[in-house]
Amino acid sequence: MSIQDIFNAVLAFDAETAKAKTQEELDAGTDVETILNDGLIGAMDEVGERFSAGDLFVPEMLVAAQAMKAGLEILKPHLASGQSRSKGTVVIGTVKGDLHDIGKNLVAMMMEGAGFDVVDVGVDIDSESFVKTAAEKDADVIALSALLTTTMPAMEATVKAVKEAGMTVKTIIGGAPVTQAFSDQIGADGYSADAPGAVKLIKEIIA
Amino acid sequence: MIIIGELINASRKAIKAAIEARDAAAIQKVAKDQADAGADYIDVNAGIFVGREPEYLKWLVETVQQVTDKPCAIDSPDPEAIQAAMTVHQGTPMINSISLEKDRYEKLMPIIAGTDMKVIALCMSDAGMPQTVDDRMKIADELVNGLLKNNVSIENIFVDPLVQPVSVDNTFGMEFVNTIETVINTFAGIHTACGLSNISYGLPARKFMNQTFMVMAIAKGLDGAIMNPLDQKMMAHILAAEALAGRDNFCMAYLKAYRAGMFES
Repeated sequence: MSIQDIFNAVLAFDAETAKAKTQEELDAGTDVETILNDGLIGAMDEVGERFSAGDLFVPEMLVAAQAMKAGLEILKPHLASGQSRSKGTVVIGTVKGDLHDIGKNLVAMMMEGAGFDVVDVGVDIDSESFVKTAAEKDADVIALSALLTTTMPAMEATVKAVKEAGMTVKTIIGGAPVTQAFSDQIGADGYSADAPGAVKLIKEIIA
Repeated sequence: MIIIGELINASRKAIKAAIEARDAAAIQKVAKDQADAGADYIDVNAGIFVGREPEYLKWLVETVQQVTDKPCAIDSPDPEAIQAAMTVHQGTPMINSISLEKDRYEKLMPIIAGTDMKVIALCMSDAGMPQTVDDRMKIADELVNGLLKNNVSIENIFVDPLVQPVSVDNTFGMEFVNTIETVINTFAGIHTACGLSNISYGLPARKFMNQTFMVMAIAKGLDGAIMNPLDQKMMAHILAAEALAGRDNFCMAYLKAYRAGMFES
């Protein structure tokens, strides 16, 4: 019995075992934060690495996240008591004029799996709504998604609106037509080609 | 199968470079290769060039039609760009695509209304991406009836039920192909079309998935595809599936393709 078993269960896409092993660790008196960070979140980091390397695929990432969440449910009652486990708050959405949500959902899921508080505002979101929600939630990062070449200008508008509002919140962008060059051009704080990359990126920029 | 050759799209690096350099020969080779491989329409897309799309789309249509008699599928949501392209287009183009998204619908309908153009009707609305057959049929119903009311004839409409990746929801494959069947049974004389590579997003060996999905969709009645006609394996799958679906009289197209070496390798 060890935290490694929890880690292994998530990587084996086995929600039942992840739950059982998390419970065992709790019962054994292991520190809750340690179970969370070294077991569950650590496993999702590894899932992300393997996904980015092309060794795991989208359905496996989804099932691993389910296993991770199953373990997290066991921990939740013990996390509530004033311990600040959040690594930061991310407001995520698909920009105005664009209804595609699959990529955005994958990024949101991996960020949650990495211990961030994620506020998913949905699709077809205008700059004002991003700015407003980020202010309300005191967000550290706004993550913008677009699948269409025609909605990339809406990313630029949102990044600009954030700056004009004088906010310190960072902006990151992603989606099939988006590139690092485009990110630089519109003055976003970062770009990632995939969901695990977006997690790494926000860890870097809000560290 | 009505094939819409998808390769002249500015989001592909080589095409973007050719457009920027006004390299007509490069564009014309891609157009001609697709026409020779069996494309019925040559799709043209300059969507990445914000602000210059009308000018570039017009140039693409002119350039393509210098080397082929095939009509173009004008691939843009921007009425200005479509109209610029139409000023030079010869024959009857296809518009790719109208949808039930309010802005797009209102901007494109006046261009399409009362014409003989072909139009792809994409099952998407402001309510988001449809997931089930019912979601898609609600949108298709409004779109098709809207087009009919605007004097577009049913045989010029190609409903695209919108492919979503099966990697994120294992119902997405069947909900799509069942919509094809429902559309055909609901609107006599209508066509269906789609770009189907999205089905395999997030999975390995995508070509294999795409080919198999094409066969499944043809079995349900799919008769239009936005695809790469130079993909010989995919073309071979289409020929075999159409024969198996009873849409190839006496298997003549299949046999012709066999003699042309389509099924070698």
